[in-house]
Amino acid sequence: MGLFTGLRDSISRATDRLFSDKEPKRIGIYGPPNAGKTTLANRIARDWTGDAIGTESHIPHETRRARRKENVEVKRNGKSVTIDIVDTPGVTTKVDYEEFTDEMDKEDAVRRSREATEGVAEAMHWLREDVDGVIYVLDSAEDPITQVNTMLIGIIESRDLPVLIFANKIDLEESSVKRIADAFPQHKTVPLSAKEGENMDEVYDSIAEYFG
Amino acid sequence: MANATKPDGDESDAGTEPETDIDTDGVQIDLISGERMESLASMEKIRMILDGVHEGNIVILEEGLTPDEESKLIEVTMAEISPDEFNGIEIETYPRSSGGNTSFFGRIMGNDEGGAKLTVIGPANQIKTLHKDETLISALVSRK
Repeated sequence: MGLFTGLRDSISRATDRLFSDKEPKRIGIYGPPNAGKTTLANRIARDWTGDAIGTESHIPHETRRARRKENVEVKRNGKSVTIDIVDTPGVTTKVDYEEFTDEMDKEDAVRRSREATEGVAEAMHWLREDVDGVIYVLDSAEDPITQVNTMLIGIIESRDLPVLIFANKIDLEESSVKRIADAFPQHKTVPLSAKEGENMDEVYDSIAEYFG
Repeated sequence: MANATKPDGDESDAGTEPETDIDTDGVQIDLISGERMESLASMEKIRMILDGVHEGNIVILEEGLTPDEESKLIEVTMAEISPDEFNGIEIETYPRSSGGNTSFFGRIMGNDEGGAKLTVIGPANQIKTLHKDETLISALVSRK
C-alpha cells in the first residue's frame, strides 16, 4: 500500500511538472512610456529567437498595441525556461496629442494619442487578466517615485504576480540604479542597458530564476 | 453623477450630490469621505470621480481606491480622453502610516497595511504636482 501510494504521488508530481513546463508563462513587460520596454523585448527576442517584436522610438507611445512573442526559450546553467513575452504600451493617466505635434502634423498626433489611450487600456486589461509575471522597466535616469509607478507596482503586488524591476538605460550618465532599488526595496532590481546589451547575463539569470 | 445639478429639496440630505451650478471662476474641490465611498460599487466610485474631474473639479478621497479600482480608473480614463476636451487625470496619493511598522519607502510607495490612502485627483491640464513626500503633497491647481 505504501509502495503504491508513493508510486502514485511520484507519478502525480512528474505529471504536474510535465504539464506546468509545457505551458509557457506569459511575462508582461510593463512600465511608463519611454522606459525602453520595446528595446528590451526586442533584445530578449533577438537573443533567443532571432526575431524582433516591435518598432523602437524616442517618441513616447510608439508601442500602442500589446504584442506577444511566443515560446521564447531562455537557457541558463543547463536549464531552460520558456516564456511568452508580452510587450505592452507605456502606462500613463494622461495623453495629450500636443505632446507629439513637434514630431508630426496635428492629424497624425491626434491619431497617435487616440491609439495610445486604447493601448494603455489594453495594457491594464492584460495586467488584470492575462499575465503570469511582470518585468517592470524603468528609465534609471528618471525619478522612479511617480504616481504611475506607485499605482502599477501596487496593482501587480495585489495580484500576487512575481515581478522583477529592470533599471534600464545604465549607459546614460545620469543613471542611478540605487535610486530605483531604494524606491522598491521589496523587489529585486536588475541594472541593464537594453540598447547597448549591458548586463544581459544577469537579466537572463533573473528571468530563469523568477519565472522558471 | 457626482456633479449633477442638485434638485430643489432637502439641503441636509447626506445622499445629495455636490452643487455645481454656481457661476464662479474658482475651482471646486469635492472632499469625499470614506463612509460615502464605502457604500458605492467600484464602477460607481470611478464614475463619481471622473464626472467630477470632467467638470474641472478637484476630487479628494479620504480613503482612496483599491489597486483593482485604480487599475479600472486608468482604463476608463483612457477611454474618455478626447483631443482638445479631456487629456486625462493627475492623481496623487498621500500614504498613511499604519502604525509605525511600515518602512519609509513602504509608506511612500503606498504599501501600508491599512490601505486607506488620501488621494487627490484632478484634470491633467489643471493640476500639477509640485512636491510629494511621505507627509506632504504640494500641488498647483489652475482654472479651466
